[in-house]
Amino acid sequence: MIIQALAFYLFAFVAIAAGVMVVTARNPVHSVLFLILAFFNSAALFVLMGAEFLAMILVVVYVGAVAVLFLFVVMMLDINFVEMRQGFLQYLPVGGLIGIILLAELVLIVGTWAVSPEAATLVTAPIPPPDQASNIHALGRLIYTHYVYLFQASGMVLLVAMMGAIVLTLRHREGVRRQKIEQQLARKAEDTIEVVKVPSGSGI
Amino acid sequence: MTHALPVMLPALPEIFLAVFGMVLMMVGVFSSEKRAYRTVSTFSIMALILALLMVLFQGTDRILAFNGLFIVDGFAAYMKVLVLAGSAVTLIMSDRFLRKEGMDRFEYPILIVFASLGMMMMISSNDLISLYIGLELQSLSLYVIAAFQRDSTRSTEAGLKYFVLGALSSGLLLYGCSMIYGFAGTTDFGLIAKQLADGGEPAIGLIVGLVFLIAGLAFKVSAVPFHMWTPDVYEGAPTPVTAFFSVAPKIAAIALFLRVMVGPFEAMLVEWRQIIVFVSILSMVLGALAAINQTNIKRLMAYSSIGHVGYALIGLAAGGREGITAVLVYMTIYLVMTMGTFACILSMRQKGEMVESIDSLAGLGKSNPPMALALLIFMFSMAGIPPLAGFFGKLYIFMAALDAGLVALAIIGVVTSVFGAFYYLRIVKVMYFDETVEPLEQPIGKGVGAVMAITAVVTVVFFIGLSPVLEIADAAAASLFAT
Repeated sequence: MIIQALAFYLFAFVAIAAGVMVVTARNPVHSVLFLILAFFNSAALFVLMGAEFLAMILVVVYVGAVAVLFLFVVMMLDINFVEMRQGFLQYLPVGGLIGIILLAELVLIVGTWAVSPEAATLVTAPIPPPDQASNIHALGRLIYTHYVYLFQASGMVLLVAMMGAIVLTLRHREGVRRQKIEQQLARKAEDTIEVVKVPSGSGI
Repeated sequence: MTHALPVMLPALPEIFLAVFGMVLMMVGVFSSEKRAYRTVSTFSIMALILALLMVLFQGTDRILAFNGLFIVDGFAAYMKVLVLAGSAVTLIMSDRFLRKEGMDRFEYPILIVFASLGMMMMISSNDLISLYIGLELQSLSLYVIAAFQRDSTRSTEAGLKYFVLGALSSGLLLYGCSMIYGFAGTTDFGLIAKQLADGGEPAIGLIVGLVFLIAGLAFKVSAVPFHMWTPDVYEGAPTPVTAFFSVAPKIAAIALFLRVMVGPFEAMLVEWRQIIVFVSILSMVLGALAAINQTNIKRLMAYSSIGHVGYALIGLAAGGREGITAVLVYMTIYLVMTMGTFACILSMRQKGEMVESIDSLAGLGKSNPPMALALLIFMFSMAGIPPLAGFFGKLYIFMAALDAGLVALAIIGVVTSVFGAFYYLRIVKVMYFDETVEPLEQPIGKGVGAVMAITAVVTVVFFIGLSPVLEIADAAAASLFAT
């Protein structure tokens, strides 16, 4: 038990430290690398909770795809982060005030938090005991059966997002030479090549 | 698996629209570029009307589907009919504008279909998650069609502004939802209601969550103080899109507002009523005062719609079956009047270009008497002059407020509607008493003309059909309270 607790504190501490570094690092590439570190530690926390499938997904999707994408975007876009931070002090009072209000709200809320005894019976999708269903089983049942409506609806949202991106950016330009394979294939040698007998020493 | 289909049956109109929208995307892509818009637009109008018929035939029984995520009842049916009618009429009216402005791409009708789908999902949501997903589907489609005229800076600006502020409001809404989930322990509306009913004093976290939820919803209905985006987006977006914005999404968001406030949070009436009263008063006052010195008619309609939302919220603040009935009747009348007014705005052309300034209506009484008469009817109706439809909408709202003991609110409503009458009547004055500078182009086109004529007639003779509408609205409101 003590090893588990130690592992939890280690991963949790590193995750939070990495999160702080994401925000404060001067070099944006370093920020992304710290983000990846935070993802790895969160995945480890998932493993500690017994959610091994989620841990793997986190590593594969977030580290493998999202973070690498971020890294490319950061490296490709030449954003001057020093310039972006210039207004920081100017907006600090307003931003700080909002932050303090939100913090006060959170304190108020956490202060009044009470878990009612029947709360456990209200859970719409209780976690099945591990010997009855594996992680993947339980998640699949939840996503594809219990919440199938939401799953499909999210699909529609993504479809609209894709369509919107195409509608707003795709332009058919004039004068672009596109490869037309069927025309290339339909061409015959005699249409394009002319064999000319050149008498020696005279030219065409 | 024989039991699988009936489970989905309550969502038949939604499934139909979703599948049909995807089929239409294929049709649009594979038909020739010239005909794509025509075909897709015609089919979209048919799809919306078919979905409307399905909603009507579905009946008004209360049915839960998809494990309580989705609900069908009389209230949902009533609101869906309004939304679908609004979307279909918008598509009919858009046709000529889009072709003249070179915006006739087939994605436009499809986006309207998807937006309508999102609105239907919002209306039918019975869970915080399905509420959010429906809202996002609708909003995302709206962001795109606001920026649809992508070569115009104003349209792009409108789209971007709407997107940024919409994302912020979604954030507020989600924050509220997470608080509610944290304190109620469930996202299901029925279970939240049960929790609150026997929970005694509601926890402070729940109230904070509810406030954030209301802020997010108030943004979607563009109620003050979350209205800042409305004038800019209404002015910048292409006119048919503005017509769409001011009708269907607003009705859907009001429906969602009613469902959330009256359903799960009925027990917290005392807490949310003061917020709604506050928002309602501010909306009415701003809608009446800020519209006075507008010169752009689309901007004027934006402030007018903010005012109308204020009146509708009076009904919600009044609560109870009577208040909800009043809101339903009000939104029905609002749909008819606004559609008619936008039909008039869509026919404002001079020298082949759209014009939006109120002064360009000068002398319309002589140059095009039928259109001037129609606009006169809509303006009088919006100002609430009897016996036109708009009067009855306001009448029932104020009666509900008086019955609920909100006398001050009703008085403020009456006073602001007198102020509001000033700018509606100014348009009438410009049309009939100012000298023509440059007459508007004629003819105005069949689709727009038909919409204008029908809505004008409905506005005038609405009092004949008043009692059946009231009856249906009352039954719909009653279904909201049934559990």
